[in-house]
Amino acid sequence: MANPPLDDYIAAAAAALDLPLEAAWVPSVKANLDVSLRLANLVADFPLPDAAEPAPVFKA
Amino acid sequence: MSHDFTWSTGSEIAQAVGSGATTALAVTEAALSVIAARNPTLNAFTTVTAERARAKAKTVDASPDKAKLPLAGVPFAVKNLFDVEGIPTVAGSKINRAYPPAKRDAELIARMEKAGAVLVGALNMGEYAYDFTGENVHDGPSRNPHDLTRMTGGSSGGSGGTVGGGLVPIALGSDTNGSIRVPSSLCGIFGLKPTYGRLTRARSFPFVASLDHLGPFARSVRDLALSYDVMQGPDADDAGCADRQQESTAPFLGSGLDGLRIAVAGGYFRKGASPEALTALDGVAKALNAREIEIPEAARARAAAYVITTTEGAALHLDRLRKQAADFDPAVRDRLIAGAMVPSTLVVKAQIFRRWYREQVLALFKDCDVILAPATPVTAPTIGQQTFTLDGVELPVRANLGIYTQPISFIGLPVVAVPVALKPMPIGLQIIAAPWREDLALRVAYALEQMGAVSAPRPQL
Repeated sequence: MANPPLDDYIAAAAAALDLPLEAAWVPSVKANLDVSLRLANLVADFPLPDAAEPAPVFKA
Repeated sequence: MSHDFTWSTGSEIAQAVGSGATTALAVTEAALSVIAARNPTLNAFTTVTAERARAKAKTVDASPDKAKLPLAGVPFAVKNLFDVEGIPTVAGSKINRAYPPAKRDAELIARMEKAGAVLVGALNMGEYAYDFTGENVHDGPSRNPHDLTRMTGGSSGGSGGTVGGGLVPIALGSDTNGSIRVPSSLCGIFGLKPTYGRLTRARSFPFVASLDHLGPFARSVRDLALSYDVMQGPDADDAGCADRQQESTAPFLGSGLDGLRIAVAGGYFRKGASPEALTALDGVAKALNAREIEIPEAARARAAAYVITTTEGAALHLDRLRKQAADFDPAVRDRLIAGAMVPSTLVVKAQIFRRWYREQVLALFKDCDVILAPATPVTAPTIGQQTFTLDGVELPVRANLGIYTQPISFIGLPVVAVPVALKPMPIGLQIIAAPWREDLALRVAYALEQMGAVSAPRPQL
């Protein structure tokens, strides 16, 4: 999956999360988010069955 | 100084103190002198606890049981994310300097001191442990004892520099994605990242709760085993610490290689490796007659570890990012802000993959006891170096020095990092075992050390 355009997303996410984001920081945040999303999608694209459990298992 | 202890092992020091050949106070004074002489260039220590160390050394000397203490009078230091009573736990940050002093030592410090070891200070590290370089914008970079212009590796940079530079024989650090194994490799020393949950993290500053490990650095395998053995055991103060009793390893180091099935990781673990890393790996693999295997989907495992790290790390620091963003190291801040923005759906996917991957790798251990792999793709880069080229692709150094360590800590496997004394710079290998089999990794490391295939080279300082 190709990454979506990130500039609008970063601005919206920063506002939604109440994170200060100076204009000078945006290129670096964008570069980092781009890498994170690329790696996350590499993992998400790996087919696993619906029954596959996440690693952390809650025990009451 | 009556004796030069700068290249003595902890085991030799404990024997000398226990037998009365020297005193813990003399060893401590010698260590403090060497720290005073070498730290201005290595920048390994951020705090030296001289008075505390002298007081502790005197109690060791006065102890009627000192001959029974496995670490009698052995100086050690800790990455500055361990709580040390009376000083703030800075974790490499500017922000934490304003926090109150720790009220009590980290549990692992208490266990080391109970065994007779003497804490001499706290060590430089990459900010909040989100680092593979050993550089720190607040405290300056820790410097590699084999070449002061080069990185120690991180994030436990001071731990690597102080042991590799002969300031102390043993240091403690943390490893979330490689922060014990990377500095061990770049500084030419031994390091142990135990099984996830083996050593308590109580009263240390966290980074990624589901990936954080603590462990020792040393210049000999025996010192790793001695310190590891005294630090084991359950602890209700760490929710991730396993309910397992101590399983001693030091008495069994010399059991040899007979019966052990040794493999070497191919595929992903050769891609991007420099000629130095492959020379070191192939030499040791040949000495051990290792057969090549493939760890499946290691690239995805590294990717998933990256995602879990950046998001859990962001969650830990969210309030600080909101209120004090300008006080972070900019490189750390921008990675954490980006981490806060990764959708949770993708994080859950990474956690689902994590369980699948764990099952695949554990299945490999049905046919082998340990797996060899490189610890880092290259020898120590130059301080300030931003990028390097791996497999023809230019990549950021900071995020990519741990490409071979991340797929292993991702599922909590125990690893001993061993140094191959290449010239001019050493490089490390990982000896990876199944969960709770630190004993096997240590046994293989010890056999390699006895063969002369791995050793901590002494720098010219």
